[in-house]
Amino acid sequence: MPLDRDPADRTYKVVGHRHNRPDGIDKVTGRAKFGADLAAPGLLHGRILRSPHAHARIKSIDTSKALALEGVKAIVTAADFPDHPQVLEDGELTNIRYNVMAREKALYDGHAVAAVAASNPRIAAKALKLIEVDYEVLPHVVDVELAMKDDAPILHDHIRTEGMEDAPDCPTNVAERIELGYGDVEAGFAEADVVIERQFRTGAAHQGYIEPHACLANISGDGSGDLWCCTQGQFMVRDVCAQLNGMDVSKLRVTPSEIGGGFGGKTTVFIEPVAVALSRKAGKPVKIVMNRGEVFRATGPTASSAIWVKMGCKRDGTITAAQAELKYQGGAFPGSPVSMGAMTAFACYQPKTLKAIGWDVVTNRPKQAAYRAPGAPMAAFAVESIVEELAHTIGMDPVDFRLKNAATSGSKSAYGPTYSDIGLVETLEAVKAHPNYAIKLGPNQGRGVASGFWFNFGGQTAVTLNLNIDGTVALSVGTPDIGGSRASMCAMAAEELGIPYHHVQTIIADTGSLGFNDVTDGSRVTFASGLATIEAARNAAKVLCERAAKIWGIPADAVTWENGCAVPAGPNAGEFPPMTIKELAKKAGETGGPIAGHFEVSADGAGPSFATHLVDAEVDRETGRITILRYLIVQDAGKAVSPAYVEGQMQGGAVQGIGWALNEEYIYNDKGVMENPGFLDYRVPVASDLPMIDTQIVEVPNPGHPYGVRGVGETSIVPPLGAVANAVAAAVGARPEELPMSPPRLLKLMKEQAQPLAAE
Amino acid sequence: MARVKLWGSLSRMADGQKEFEIDAPNIDRMLTALGEAAPKLKPILAKGVTVSIDGTLYRLDKFQAIQPDSEVYILPKMAGG
Amino acid sequence: MSQVHVTTKINGDSTEYLCDADETLLDVLRDRLQMTGSKEGCGTGDCGACTIILDGRPVCSCLVLGAEAEGRSVETIEGMANGEELHPLQRHFLNGAALQCGICTPGILVAAKALLAQNANPSETEIRYWLAGNLCRCTGYDKIIRAVQSAAAEMRGETHAA
Ligand code: FES
Ligand code: FES
Repeated sequence: MPLDRDPADRTYKVVGHRHNRPDGIDKVTGRAKFGADLAAPGLLHGRILRSPHAHARIKSIDTSKALALEGVKAIVTAADFPDHPQVLEDGELTNIRYNVMAREKALYDGHAVAAVAASNPRIAAKALKLIEVDYEVLPHVVDVELAMKDDAPILHDHIRTEGMEDAPDCPTNVAERIELGYGDVEAGFAEADVVIERQFRTGAAHQGYIEPHACLANISGDGSGDLWCCTQGQFMVRDVCAQLNGMDVSKLRVTPSEIGGGFGGKTTVFIEPVAVALSRKAGKPVKIVMNRGEVFRATGPTASSAIWVKMGCKRDGTITAAQAELKYQGGAFPGSPVSMGAMTAFACYQPKTLKAIGWDVVTNRPKQAAYRAPGAPMAAFAVESIVEELAHTIGMDPVDFRLKNAATSGSKSAYGPTYSDIGLVETLEAVKAHPNYAIKLGPNQGRGVASGFWFNFGGQTAVTLNLNIDGTVALSVGTPDIGGSRASMCAMAAEELGIPYHHVQTIIADTGSLGFNDVTDGSRVTFASGLATIEAARNAAKVLCERAAKIWGIPADAVTWENGCAVPAGPNAGEFPPMTIKELAKKAGETGGPIAGHFEVSADGAGPSFATHLVDAEVDRETGRITILRYLIVQDAGKAVSPAYVEGQMQGGAVQGIGWALNEEYIYNDKGVMENPGFLDYRVPVASDLPMIDTQIVEVPNPGHPYGVRGVGETSIVPPLGAVANAVAAAVGARPEELPMSPPRLLKLMKEQAQPLAAE
Repeated sequence: MARVKLWGSLSRMADGQKEFEIDAPNIDRMLTALGEAAPKLKPILAKGVTVSIDGTLYRLDKFQAIQPDSEVYILPKMAGG
Repeated sequence: MSQVHVTTKINGDSTEYLCDADETLLDVLRDRLQMTGSKEGCGTGDCGACTIILDGRPVCSCLVLGAEAEGRSVETIEGMANGEELHPLQRHFLNGAALQCGICTPGILVAAKALLAQNANPSETEIRYWLAGNLCRCTGYDKIIRAVQSAAAEMRGETHAA
């Protein structure tokens, strides 16, 4: 749906103003119900037995002793997820089934092997100890480059490398090779005055949502039932759980709870199909709540990576060649986001020639899940490090260097298509003009800049809007609200209908009450559900006009909707005083029945969002500790519907990126067992680690949305890794090539190459 | 005739051909015609790709119209977080 | 296993319950008393989502046994508002967009209330260190710190209600 004529001319009454969110009071008083907050009469508690080995053949599972324990009501294993045809047809569904319950082999430390439902959690825990699993421990591999070697332990016998016509027909851990680019990079490097190349590595970070996965399944004897859970997509959960359990999709109703963070990590299932199976077997409601250790070991962190980047530029700053090879391990199943890493790597620039190769690799780690702009942050870290170094080497201001090469509206993107209206240049100019850019730095301090890009997606969306008898509006959307999106939906519906914000109430509907919606991902909610909300409201306004026309006895097209009232379209339509939404609502029964509007769409045209971050960091040369002194985010939001929440998304994403850059990573011992599965040792940023995070919203309207909205949730995690690395490089005079820059790594770096970087 | 461009790995499967001239009213027809022109592409197209028409990404809508002068790119399947 | 009988005060009301000897106060609150406002983010004292005030001091209720509440006074998020009237911290959190998903919010509000009870005018640094045990993954803390500052200012009578 195209942008309404000229958004710059449009003045918004509701959109873009600050409003309290509909779920706010419940969330500050403790009333809001999250995944683990539901109970049911006769509730059983489910617990999952997990593999202690990184890679092991499961020779047998004996559950008899556990079943004999008083209070144990049901046990399930892989045998309870048989080969339903609809599962085998779909490769990804087969992988999900294997991931939620190990079959012939356990593929990573923490892989589910069996599950118990018992009358209380303590009995369930005891029962797990009584399950006897006979494992044959196999050699394992957790490192992406080791997993690519010819003699690496093989996870799956059926994997052959896709995307290579000459791939040998023997088992491998390399699931796919992708390549993209244009022009002749060798000629591009020959044309360059300066060429820099480096090899980078990034650790696997976890989304770190504070709410562990939780669900409550209640399946009755006739095989139909309910599932309550925290998820980014109740329809996805319903479809996957029903199919894995051989149920008709119509038999399962999934109600999404309030969700305590997701960031992509709740776009798939882990415990939900297991709870359904246990509840069906026990004939009682079953609740499963993960503990934090399980969240780390057995849900989906992001990929770890090894990335080589080589770039060349001329003295005037023109980038003549850009080349990258990206290796991402996505855990025990194919599907790492390496193709998106390859496509986004150079998306901020217009190199004259480009070549990017990506490798998708499986290892004995948990199956990766999406994490905010999946695949992009690590690639941006590598590229932005080289970009900064090129700028310094030719003696150009790093923002000017980026401006010289920046992708612009109408330019060709590095991944192929031509950009529509985009706002990268605006973010760079805003950074340059910001007072932070001029602050003098002290000793051991450094300043770093980095830009970032994310595509943003739309997706399948259905929205229904119903008018109540008093003229207020009930809006049902199907995309879980992670960060305040209900407030934006209320605002957009109110704007269209010309009624006050607080006259609209938005709920997240269960799967029984609304059409299919894709998961909340790709920063799509404000864009896609917003677009559908606007259309649903416009449809309702059309019905309202028809009703007024009926009452006035004039043709429907002689009535228009203005400021919450039906009014005659022009002098020829006749003289009638405006009829308010309230009057029309009251007369709905007499004029034809309930008044509603709905809209269903596969929304596309989400419009990419760019950002530039500026950071000042200080390094303690004795301890290797890095302190973030100042942080500025400038991002294009298209049109900020709820500015305070746009800022919040930007700040939250940036801080997650800072954590990834400085501290966060999965650490494995030599047995392939995760050594830090808790918040004590997997350290996410805390309040005392950070300064205030300055923000500036740039608004370059997205031509694909009526108000010009762009998604904002994901781009914010793309620049921080590179920005922080660039600040640290400037402070210590040596370039960090491995993230996170934990104190030991930084101390080592300073010791090894304590000479100043070229021209820094 | 719209110009349909393939991302690198895909063009390898099409014997190195990077660009096709295809006359098709929408994405669905275009993908069918492309599969006929380069049969090795068929399994990949069937697994799912993202199609960009004049800079807008389409992950789902197979019946989006393609204009004769449209710029069309076939890109890998994509997902967000 | 025989259960322990506990008499305690929760949000000002005398309360009695039975619990297992090894059951945490957090589990008692959530599972036995249906007070699910306190959240479990880790169960090991590392996230602060379960923060309550025990005899005036903020503690992680996942590290306290239900039996230990005997004869003491417990304050939870459920007791923070006075009927319909929100506590200034709750109001400033709402108005300042200091929550996104809201799972960390109860713990942070309770911890902040304990801070302001002993220090009416904390500096930004003091707030940051006081809340260092309360993880928030959504906000980057900026708006949380500002909301605590503005609520404190209102409570000192320096500004009007948000
Ligand atoms: S649940 Fe108590 S500190 Fe995390
Ligand atoms: S608001 Fe989500 S964790 Fe704090």
